[in-house]
Amino acid sequence: MEQTQLISVGIDIGTSTSQLVFSRLTVENTAGYFSVPSVSIIRKEVFYQSPIYPTPLLDRMRIDGEALEKILDQEYKAAGIIPGQVETGAVIITGESARKENAGMILERMSRFAGDFVVSTAGPDLEAVIAGQGSGAWQFSKQQGTAVINLDIGGGTTNVVLFDRGQVRAKGSVDIGGCQVRIDDNGCLSRISPSASRIGQEHGLRLAEGERMSHEALERLCDGMCRLLEELVGVRRPSALLETVRTAGATPFCLPEDCHVKYLCFSGGVADCIGRQGSDPFPYGDIGMLLGEAIQRSRLMRDFSIIPADQTIRATVIGAGSHTTSISGSTISYAKKLLPIKNVPVLKLSLEEEELCWQGNSENLRKKAAWFLAQHDTAGIALAVRGKYDPGYQEIKSFAKALATALDPILEPGIPLLFIIEADMAKALGQLLRRELAGSRPVLAVDEIRTEQNDFVDFGRPVMNGLVVPVVVKTLIFG
Amino acid sequence: MFQPWEIEQIADRIFDQIKGSAQDPKKLERMLEKTTARIGVGRAGPRLKTRTLLKLRADHAAARDAVFLDVGQNLIKELGLLPVMTCCKDKNTFLTRPDLGRDFDDETRDYLKENCILHPDIQLIVSDGLSSLAIEANAASILPIVTEGLEEKGLTVGTPVFVKYGRVGAQDRISELLDARVVCSFIGERPGLATAESMSAYIAYRAVPGMPEARRTVVSNIHKHGVPAVEAGAYIVDLLAMILEQKASGVELKK
Repeated sequence: MEQTQLISVGIDIGTSTSQLVFSRLTVENTAGYFSVPSVSIIRKEVFYQSPIYPTPLLDRMRIDGEALEKILDQEYKAAGIIPGQVETGAVIITGESARKENAGMILERMSRFAGDFVVSTAGPDLEAVIAGQGSGAWQFSKQQGTAVINLDIGGGTTNVVLFDRGQVRAKGSVDIGGCQVRIDDNGCLSRISPSASRIGQEHGLRLAEGERMSHEALERLCDGMCRLLEELVGVRRPSALLETVRTAGATPFCLPEDCHVKYLCFSGGVADCIGRQGSDPFPYGDIGMLLGEAIQRSRLMRDFSIIPADQTIRATVIGAGSHTTSISGSTISYAKKLLPIKNVPVLKLSLEEEELCWQGNSENLRKKAAWFLAQHDTAGIALAVRGKYDPGYQEIKSFAKALATALDPILEPGIPLLFIIEADMAKALGQLLRRELAGSRPVLAVDEIRTEQNDFVDFGRPVMNGLVVPVVVKTLIFG
Repeated sequence: MFQPWEIEQIADRIFDQIKGSAQDPKKLERMLEKTTARIGVGRAGPRLKTRTLLKLRADHAAARDAVFLDVGQNLIKELGLLPVMTCCKDKNTFLTRPDLGRDFDDETRDYLKENCILHPDIQLIVSDGLSSLAIEANAASILPIVTEGLEEKGLTVGTPVFVKYGRVGAQDRISELLDARVVCSFIGERPGLATAESMSAYIAYRAVPGMPEARRTVVSNIHKHGVPAVEAGAYIVDLLAMILEQKASGVELKK
């Protein structure tokens, strides 16, 4: 069987810790000799893990880029990898780090350093999904055909995702984590986050920096945090407080009514503190240990079957390294020399809008795409459609014509037309689009990839003799 | 891969039969998404239940129809195909004499030579083979996209031919008669109980009668639950261009 291997890097710059992993992705054509090729990622193995570093900070508002670069440099050397070898992967800036003043700049700096097609990304929703993939919750849900909630409880945030039979059904993030309250060597509170002080208030606790607090009071605070987590995963009615601790930029986590969740999985640093006995209540200078203990006595442990996580504190970095890259369908269409393309915003059509295009109506799409271009201040867009399974020739021809008629006049000359289709029809659509456009601009059409509105995509250089392209679907919170 | 609505149909159909008998109906539903096999249908003593048996017989009848029905004249006309017939003069001969399904009588050979473009880069053939339903379902989608794609690449496409009672090997004779560089036949596959509409493309570089079968490149499983016809067509365009470039097909082709 034909195989190719890709080296993928994952770098996670979190609220309290930063890590790096290298993985090897094996891509193989699994179709028989007598079939259309079918290329997929058949194996993902992590072959190098860095130690867990404290995220270097200059002060409360800024990350220390220079120190971080030094760490990465050292880790690349230790792994024996040079940036040029790294073909894909993700640098992800997570939790509270993403809200630092210089987060965007740091991300840019690190991704340049890390290889050619390494994406830089941030955003609590994506983080939740990545963590759930790194923890093994996603795999469990897919293999068992069941619904699993993954709670990735880190320093600054708890990222939550619901997988149902391997599909993401809901995702979100709340400002609950081990570092929400820090304790100094004298046992005084050295830092209290806004969300921690709100939760404290609700439970009649007055938190003030520089003051001591009883063990019992801190336990009550952590129990308060657990109550919110219980509300989040649906075993308790949501209170008004829950909405106030939602992470900025995260979508509200809404459990679908048709979905009964039996399994829960914990990842993130705090997951290691659940059910652990220790004499020191503050081994990390924060409330992480106490939060873990509070979870142990909460309803979370009683109302769900808990599945053991493959990865806890490393879930996000391993997710970033191994699970961010997808492979397109194996019959696709692209102009040579067009790739790679990075940071293209996705315009996803609703079913009704797409149906209009299938009927040959281009006006609606033209207006929508023109508006989208103006909104995003971007030259290119990737149009995401569901497509049809087994479309007839005339059908797909009129679809291609509508797309070309709508998009060609509103894009600057030379800007490629980019399409992401869920159904297996990209190669045919690409061929028909080229005919419609008569060579006026390049076309790329990939299929068997699913994206949502507000996503961004990166298309990598083709692999497997040009059969497939690696695609990374991501979110960005920096302009 | 199955689509949700198809899965629903399958699930609905089979679900009726097993309601009340499956321990975990939801789980069974999920298993059904992963296979076309008739699982979870229950039984009556040692036998199949009536509905299962009827469904099995209906699918078997569809498979038989696919073999015994002819491709409609309208479709052949609509696609602008030049119709010819092999040495088989009826279905029975076709099914029992594979050798006759690979060749043409003198009259037909002359007719082909007189009515077709000679020395094309690519000669396209559509043939009933063992499933006329496969041709009815897929030919109208695949032919235009292949023809257009080849034109885009600047290749010449010969007069497309329809071969009645045709076996794959009939392409060797046609290729030789018309001096085609590459011949590509779309032919109905022997139907099974899962689908009766599956079509294959058999492709050969400089095909001649008697050449080893290993020189054929095959793209199989073209149908709505396999590779959709238009998408397969666009893939075959690239494949044909690659075969022309390498001057090789079958096992000699480096994909």
